[in-house]
Amino acid sequence: MAEFLFGAATFILGMVALGLARVLRGPADADRMMAAQLLGTGGIAAVLLLGAATGEAATVDVALTLALLAAFASFAFVKAHSAHARDESRTDGDGAP
Amino acid sequence: MSIVLEWWTVIAVAAGAFFFLAGTVGLLRFPDAFTRLHALTKADNLGLGLVVLGLLPMIVSVSAGLMLVCIWLLVLLSGATASQLIARTLPRRGTPP
Repeated sequence: MAEFLFGAATFILGMVALGLARVLRGPADADRMMAAQLLGTGGIAAVLLLGAATGEAATVDVALTLALLAAFASFAFVKAHSAHARDESRTDGDGAP
Repeated sequence: MSIVLEWWTVIAVAAGAFFFLAGTVGLLRFPDAFTRLHALTKADNLGLGLVVLGLLPMIVSVSAGLMLVCIWLLVLLSGATASQLIARTLPRRGTPP
């Protein structure tokens, strides 16, 4: 059983690594953020599988932290992006909001 | 009974890994950012849910199982919110999303 769980975790990590090619190709910043979000979800699944295979209970806490960090990463990206867009429209326009 | 539970784990984890594969293929192959966002947020959250469901029979205590389900719910909530926010940062040129 442990071998199967290790294999599934390896497979999911491989899928996440393939998905990270989207970080290189882009084209928008949002696409890169999506690949980072995939890393969050796939990382949680892989950590949970490894924890079940090794019988280590603390991996659940690691997975919880990863879930929280992935959520905050997306929100920080959107926040920074909207602030950037607001600055651009202020410098480009004629003072109108 | 334990054989049934083991098969449940194998089938659910394999289905979850398949959905991670589907999410990665969608992220790499879909033509625009909205469809990629769709593939990522649906397929990966479903894959993580199937992995969590598959791991539940291996958990010894009720509280650890609840923790796993809570992680999945947190990922579902944050994934839904983050996908809406990321879609708002995308430019709306050409065809409607």
